[in-house]
Amino acid sequence: MAGTVTLRLPVASPQARSAALTEPRPVRWALIGVALAFLSLFLLVPLAAVVVEGFKKGVEAYLAALVEPDTLAAVRLTLVAALVSVPLNVVFGLAAAWAIAKFSFPGRNLLITLIDLPFAVSPVISGMIFVLMFGGQGWFGPWLDAHDIQIVFAVPGIILATTFVTFPFVARELIPLMQEQGPEEEEAARVLGASGWQILRRVTLPNIKWGLLYGVILCNARAMGEFGAVSVVSGHIRGETNTLPLHIEILYNEYNFAAAFAVASLLTLLALVTLVAKSAVEWRQARLLRPAADQSMEAA
Amino acid sequence: MSARRRTLPGFGLSLGFTLAYLSLLVLIPLSTLFVRSAGLGWDGFWAAATSPRVIASYRVTLLTAFSAATINAAFGLLVAWVLVRYRFPGRKLVDALVDLPFALPTAVAGIALTTLYSEHGWIGSRLAPLGIKVAFTELGIIVALTFIGLPFVVRTLQPVLQDLESEIEEAAASLGATRLQTFQRVLVPALWPALLTGFALAFARAIGEYGSVVFISGNMPMKTEIAPLLIMTKLEQFDYAGATAIASVMLMASFLLLLTINVLQWWSRRLTA
Repeated sequence: MAGTVTLRLPVASPQARSAALTEPRPVRWALIGVALAFLSLFLLVPLAAVVVEGFKKGVEAYLAALVEPDTLAAVRLTLVAALVSVPLNVVFGLAAAWAIAKFSFPGRNLLITLIDLPFAVSPVISGMIFVLMFGGQGWFGPWLDAHDIQIVFAVPGIILATTFVTFPFVARELIPLMQEQGPEEEEAARVLGASGWQILRRVTLPNIKWGLLYGVILCNARAMGEFGAVSVVSGHIRGETNTLPLHIEILYNEYNFAAAFAVASLLTLLALVTLVAKSAVEWRQARLLRPAADQSMEAA
Repeated sequence: MSARRRTLPGFGLSLGFTLAYLSLLVLIPLSTLFVRSAGLGWDGFWAAATSPRVIASYRVTLLTAFSAATINAAFGLLVAWVLVRYRFPGRKLVDALVDLPFALPTAVAGIALTTLYSEHGWIGSRLAPLGIKVAFTELGIIVALTFIGLPFVVRTLQPVLQDLESEIEEAAASLGATRLQTFQRVLVPALWPALLTGFALAFARAIGEYGSVVFISGNMPMKTEIAPLLIMTKLEQFDYAGATAIASVMLMASFLLLLTINVLQWWSRRLTA
């Protein structure tokens, strides 16, 4: 639910409309102007603020904030969390989409709804449930203590919370895509004697690669940027359990604004790269689909 | 379907893995919340979930989330309309940029908006002489939540607007309707379910939002303290009972909204089908 969109086609260029079906030119330009003003105020100005504030104390201070050991440790932990949670959710997404799209069984729609659950949960609650399970007062707390294993307020907790909040991304891209494609191609491969893994590698994966990539891009952006859930399970120990967003919070609360924005500019860059990659996949998808649409128009 | 199960392999493996992973990572952890709340007993739960400070936090959360979702509904309709209907330079770039709030980490949005709207910020310093304070007030929370929820209404309306047949508008025009009449009597009824869905999605997201709000809200108990932040505070004070009670109330509200959204989407699909 909240927090994402499924692979969509970019809006087609608007067709020229007859005068009766569109607004007078001044009205059109006024509406465009108000819309662009709103978007600039809420999207462009904050983006510009990050860059300007990051460089406020000069390029040297900016670079110094980035190579500071605690920042580098935060970069490392952010990468580790994403490198574990994204592949886990890719495997899950493939398995869930395979079961749901290629077979029919009772409770399929319920399963799809349950997969969306993490999007409906507040980030703070997403972190809290792992504290309730593995924290000192939690279900497994005493046992973990006895065996000297620490999950919350340590790296495993951060990975768990990150995996939870990014759980639905890949699955919800792949399920509708594979449902639409149907099981026919896989069945044909099966009849021709392909094994399960051969079908997956040679038929299914090539068919879903763009949807899969799209899911991975969105999943990764969220994994690297998650704040609330990770904040609850992190011990906020500098250089040890701080991810990049948490490091930004600490710097900001210490009134070290230039450094906070310098680190924030890294994540802003990640967001922009995400948007570009996402648009590239959308355009690619549109190019793949459009010839098919044209053909079906001709046939009709 | 039994024929299908015979043809393709991997049903047991994929479904088994899906259910195990879903249970271990999502269902069992979420259930701890309800088991813990049940452990408080009804009186304990009620006392923790309805103390004055907690009630004030629900009020702030709901009011600001509702205001932000309303702003997003109005401007989201406008943005979707402009992107689908009009040609102007930079249209594709603007279309791609609409997803920025999904891609930008909430903490980054939080500190950027706080800096902009504080008394010395680019925007805050221009509003201060007018007597408008944004940062560290409810207005600031609304600004952050508007940013977070911006893409939902646009993205739900775009496909619906695009699929609208121009015939109905032609019919309205040929029967003598003005553009405004056509909009009010023909387009709005067709867009209504999608607009409500987008509103509900933005509202649901805003209720749970934490990262972008903590910086700009000032976090004053009874005034600008949102419910997710109060949960965080109680956890830090090891008041797990209090945190659990508030979290359960919020989770029930989210599930109710999820149900509403599913019904709205079903209604929207039935209208367009």
